[in-house]
Amino acid sequence: MTDVLAVDPVPPVAAGDTPPSRATSAWRRLRRDPLFLAGATIILCFLVVAVLAPWLAPHDPAARLLESQVSRARNEIPPPQPGFPLGGDADGRDLLSRMLLGSRQTLLVAVLATVIGLGGGLVLGTLAGALAGWVDAVLMRMVDVMLAIPSLLLAVSIGVLFVQQSRFTVILAVAIVQIPVFARLLRGSMLAQRVADHVLAARALGVKPAAIVLRHMLPNSLGPVIVQTTLVLAVAIIEAAALSFLGLGAPDDSVPEWGQMLGTAQDVIDSHPQLAFWPAGAIITVALGFTLLGEALRARA
Amino acid sequence: MLRYAVRRVGQLLLVVAALSVLLFAWLRSLPGGPVSALLGDRATAESRAALAATLGLDQPIPVQYLRFLHRAASGDLGISTGVQRGEPVLSILLQRLPATIELTLAAILLAVAAGIPLGYLAARHRGGWLDSAGVVGSLVGVAVPVFFLAFLLKFVFAVQLGWLPTSGRQSAGLDATRVTGFFVLDGLLTREWDAAWDAAAHLVLPALALASIPFAVIFRITRGAVLDVLGEDYVRTAYAKGLTAGVIRRRHVLRNALLPVVTTIGLQTGALLSGAVLTERVFAYQGVGQALAIGFTLRDYAVLQVVILAAAMTYVLVNLVVDLSYALIDPRLRT
Amino acid sequence: MPFMIRFRSRLTALAVAGAVALSLAACAQSQRGQEGSGAPAAGTLTFGAAGAPDLFDPFYASDGETFRVSRQIFEGLAGFKPGTADLQPELATGWSSSADGRAWTFRLRPGVKFQDGTEFNAEAVCANFDRWYHQTGAGQNLALSYYWNENFGGFADRARPSLFDSCTTQGPSTAIVRLTRATGKFPALLALPSFAMQSPTAMRRYQANDVTAQGDSFAYPPYARAHPTGTGPFTFAGYDQANGTITLRRFDGYWGDKAKLDRLIFRIIPDEKARLQALQAGDIDGYDLPNPADWQTLRDAGFTLQIRDPFNVLYLGITQKNNPALRDLRVRQALAYAIDRQALVSAALPDGAEVAREFYPDTVDGWAGDVQQYPHNPAKARELLAAAGAANLTVSFYWPTEVSRPYLPDPRSIFGTLKADLEAVGITVKPVSKPWNGGYLDDVDNARADLFLLGWTGDYNSPDNFIGTFFGSLRNRFWLAAAPWGPELVAALQAADAEPDRATRIRMYQEINRKLLAQYLPAVPISHSPPAIVMRQEVHGLVASPLTAEEFAPVSVAR
Repeated sequence: MTDVLAVDPVPPVAAGDTPPSRATSAWRRLRRDPLFLAGATIILCFLVVAVLAPWLAPHDPAARLLESQVSRARNEIPPPQPGFPLGGDADGRDLLSRMLLGSRQTLLVAVLATVIGLGGGLVLGTLAGALAGWVDAVLMRMVDVMLAIPSLLLAVSIGVLFVQQSRFTVILAVAIVQIPVFARLLRGSMLAQRVADHVLAARALGVKPAAIVLRHMLPNSLGPVIVQTTLVLAVAIIEAAALSFLGLGAPDDSVPEWGQMLGTAQDVIDSHPQLAFWPAGAIITVALGFTLLGEALRARA
Repeated sequence: MLRYAVRRVGQLLLVVAALSVLLFAWLRSLPGGPVSALLGDRATAESRAALAATLGLDQPIPVQYLRFLHRAASGDLGISTGVQRGEPVLSILLQRLPATIELTLAAILLAVAAGIPLGYLAARHRGGWLDSAGVVGSLVGVAVPVFFLAFLLKFVFAVQLGWLPTSGRQSAGLDATRVTGFFVLDGLLTREWDAAWDAAAHLVLPALALASIPFAVIFRITRGAVLDVLGEDYVRTAYAKGLTAGVIRRRHVLRNALLPVVTTIGLQTGALLSGAVLTERVFAYQGVGQALAIGFTLRDYAVLQVVILAAAMTYVLVNLVVDLSYALIDPRLRT
Repeated sequence: MPFMIRFRSRLTALAVAGAVALSLAACAQSQRGQEGSGAPAAGTLTFGAAGAPDLFDPFYASDGETFRVSRQIFEGLAGFKPGTADLQPELATGWSSSADGRAWTFRLRPGVKFQDGTEFNAEAVCANFDRWYHQTGAGQNLALSYYWNENFGGFADRARPSLFDSCTTQGPSTAIVRLTRATGKFPALLALPSFAMQSPTAMRRYQANDVTAQGDSFAYPPYARAHPTGTGPFTFAGYDQANGTITLRRFDGYWGDKAKLDRLIFRIIPDEKARLQALQAGDIDGYDLPNPADWQTLRDAGFTLQIRDPFNVLYLGITQKNNPALRDLRVRQALAYAIDRQALVSAALPDGAEVAREFYPDTVDGWAGDVQQYPHNPAKARELLAAAGAANLTVSFYWPTEVSRPYLPDPRSIFGTLKADLEAVGITVKPVSKPWNGGYLDDVDNARADLFLLGWTGDYNSPDNFIGTFFGSLRNRFWLAAAPWGPELVAALQAADAEPDRATRIRMYQEINRKLLAQYLPAVPISHSPPAIVMRQEVHGLVASPLTAEEFAPVSVAR
C-alpha cells in the first residue's frame, strides 16, 4: 500500500562515531524547528489521550446507550446531546468515548506493527549487510518477494493462519510489509560501512567480525532506522485504515479503533459525515504528527 | 558489468518462480474459494464437494500447481470464476491493464507537472512562502489516506458540484470505437473528440487522488536535489564563469537534479499499484486494481494469481533496472 | 538513495496540492461542458448494476445480475404478472394438465418470432426442453444448470431421476410436456428466467451447449458470451467489458407492446455507495437495492423509491451436529424466546420489514398463520434452558463479513443485536466471523457452526422453493440427521410437493409449518425485509416486482 515514505530512505549517516557534542547541538537545533515542535505536540497529546482514555471517556464505548434513537429505516443516528457531545454512532454507542478509546487501539496497531516490522527488518538487514556475498543475495531476493506482494493480499493470507481475521492479523499484515523496508535500509547502511575507515581499522586490529557488526556497524546505522521508525508509525496507521476500508480489518468492533470506525462510517457518510470525519481527522492528524517528527529528525540528525 | 547483469536477471527469474509457488500455495490455503462464489448461498455440502472435484480444487496443492504450470506453458493462464466468469484471465488482463496504465500515467503526469516545477521553485526561493506551503502540503498529502482523499474529491467535485463524472472510464452510451484500450488515445486516434474528452474527464478525479503521494515525494526530492546541486562547485564555477542564470539552470541544475527524480518515479510503481486498488474501488474504475478487489471478495484464484504475479513482476523488474543503473554508477555495489 | 532531502522552512498554512487539484478539476470541467457528452441520447436508460453478469445464457445462470439482463431479452412459456409473484401466460397462451398431473398441454402464442427471425413454435419449445434435458458433462454441473438440477433433478443419462420425461409437438402451436411424477411446482417453475425460450437456430450456430470445465473454471461458448437470442422486447447489442457496460436495443419485431426505450444500458458499478453517488450526479438513471440507510436521503432528493413486498426470509440457523445441547427442543425454543425480533426489525432493518412468524412470507401458498409464537421473553428462555439442563450453554455463532443481502442488509449490526439478546439470558456466545466467500458459506454448509445467520430470496411462489430447499435433506447445514424427526420432516416435504391437488397441498404445507414452529424448530425465522429499487423522477412505467423481476419494456424517460 502507501509505502511512499519507504522509497526515499534515509541516506547512511557519515561514518565515524558521533561525538556527544554533535548530539547536543542537534537537539538544540531540533528544539527550535517548528516542524519538530508541531509534530512533538501532536504526538504528545495523542499519547496523553491514549494513556488516560479510560478515565477521560464518559461512557463505556461498547454500550449501546442511545440505541433507542437509532433507526436504520429512517437513517437516524443519535445527534450530539447533553452527556454525549459528539452524539452516537450507527449502533447507538457514544462517539466521543469511542474516539478517545480508539486512540489506544490505533496506537497499539501502529506501535506493534512497527516494532514487528523493525525487528524482522533488523535481523534480515543486519545479516545481509554484515555478511554480504551470497547471504546478501539470497536475503535480498527474499526481500524482493516480500516487497512485491501487495499488502492487502498479505492481510488476507495472514488471517488464514488464524481462525479468523482480527486486529492482530491487521497488525501482522502491516508489519510484514515494513520488514523489507527496514531490511533494505539497514543493508544499505551496513554495506556502505564495510569500507568505512573505522570498520577497516577495527578489522585490521583483529576485532571479531560479530563484534564489529554489533559494536561498530549497527550503532552507526541506528540513526536512519530511528527516523524511518517514526515515519513507519504514520504509514502503519494509514495502512490499517486502508485495510479496514477494503473490509479486511478486524470484524469485531466492540473495542473501537479509528481505522475501523472510518471504514464502517462510509455507509452513512453523506447523511452523517461526522461519523467519518472525526476518525478521519484523528488519523490524518496523528499520521501528520509522526511524519513531522520523522522529517524533522531526518533533516537535523 | 555484463556478468553482473546476467546474474541479476537469473536471480530475477528465481524470484518470480519462488513468488509464483508461494502465491499459489498461499491463495489456495485460504478458506472458502471459487466454489463458494460459484454456488452462492444455494449450495449444500455435497454440491460443494462435487464442484470442487470437477474443478480439481480438491487435489493436493502441488498437483494443482503442476496443472497450472502445464496449462500456462501452452499460453492458458486460466479462466476467471468471479471477476468475469468464463472469461480467459489473459483477456481480462489485456482489457484492464490499459485502464490502470492510463490512470497511473495520468497520476504520474499530474505529480510531475506539479511536483518538479514547484520543487524547483521552492528550492530556488528557499524559506519563502511557496517553499513553506509546498513542504507543509507535501507532508499533509502523505498523511491523508488515499481512499479518503478519493472519497472527498468525488464527493465535492462529482456529487456536490457535478463538474466531473462520479465513476467509470467513459459515459455509458457513447459507443466509442476501441482501438488500443487506452480510451483517451482511442478517442484521439479515431477522431472521436467527444469520446476522448469524456474519457479524460473520467480520469481527472481518480488521477488526482492517486497523484497525491507521488506529488509529495517528487516535490520533496526535486527540492532536495536542486538544493544539493545549487551548492555544488560546478554551479558556483558556472556562475563565476559568467554564464547567464537561465543557462545554468537548464544545463546544470535541472539536469543533475532530474536524475534522482526519475529514479523515484520508477520506484513509485509499487505504491501506485496499491493506491490504484483503493482509487479504482472508490471510482468504480475498470482497471486491474478493481479486478483484484473483486477477485478477493469472490475468491477468483485464476485472476488473483495472475494479476498479483504480474504486479509483482512489474515491481521486481523496475527494481532490477534501478539496481543495474546504480551498479553502473557505483561499481562497489556489484555484489 | 544517494541524496539528501532537507526541510528548512516555516509553517505556512496553504496546501499547494489542493490548489493544483482545484484548478485542474475546473479546467477539465469546462472541457466536458463544451462537448456535452455526459448526457446519453434520448430514449436511453442507464441502470446501475452491482456486478458483471456471469454470462448471457440464463439456463446456465443463477445470479440476479444475469437474470436482470436476460429477462429483457427472453421470455418463458409462463411469466409473472407485473408487480406480483403470480403466474400468467406469456409465450404460451394457456395450459392444461391431465388428471394425474403428469401430462401438460401448452397452447402457444401464434406469430411470435425470435430476434434472429426464427419462428417460435412447438418445435422450438421442444428443442429447448430437449436441450435442457440432454445436457452432458459440465452442463450438468450445479454451478451452471442450477435451476434444472434443483427443480427437474437429473438429465437424459438417467444418473439421477428426472422430473422431466418428454416433450412432443402436436402441430405447430401445441406442445405437450410429460413429467415422471406430479409436482406442485409445475408449471410455475417455467416462469423462472432459466427456463426462458431461446432460439434453436442461434443456439446451434453459436454452440450454446459447448460449456466445458477447463482448468479451475468453466469455459463458455460464444452463444452465452455474445449471442443470446430470445423473443423479448430487447435485443442484445453488446457487452463493453473495458467500460463495464451492457447495451440492449429495442426489438422492433416484438409480438407485444414494443419497448418505449431505444436503448437500455446496464452500467456495472460494484460499490453500493458509488451507485448512490452516480445516481445523485445523474450518471445513471436508477439502480437496484439501495442501502436502507439511504432510503430517506433518496426520497428527500426527489428520487422515486419503490419498496417491493418482502419475498425473502432471514433465519437464525441452528446446527445440531456439534453441540448436543442444541438437539433439545427446549434449548432451541429458549433461543427463539431470547431474541427480541421486534426490536431487531425496528432498529436494524429497513422500513416495511416485519418479524417472520414462519419460514416464508404470507403471500406464498401454505402459510398457516396459527403457528406457535415466540414473543420476546427472556424469563421463559432462562426457564427452558434450566429445564433442559443447559443453563450455562455455550454456542459458536457464525456471522458473515464482506457481504450484504436483501434479507441481511447489515450482518454486523444484526449479529451484534442477537448476540446481546442471547447473552442477556445467560448464553455464552463465541462469535466467529468469516468472509462470505472466504469460509463462511463453506463452514455453514458443512455444518461447522452452532448458530449462524442465513436467509433466502424466493424464486417463485412455491413453498417448496423455501422450506423444501431448507429442510429437504438430512445432512445439510441444520444437520437434521441428528434429529429423531428429521426423516419424518423430509418425507412430509416430499409428499406435499408431489400432491397434485392444490387445496390438499396447501393443507399439507400448513401442517408442516405448524410442526416446524412447534415441534421441530430447526431454525428460528427472524424477518422478511423489503428490497427497494430507485429511479430518477423522470423515469416512468417501472413496476417493481417482489421477485426483483422488473421489466424495462414499459419504461420511458421524460427529458
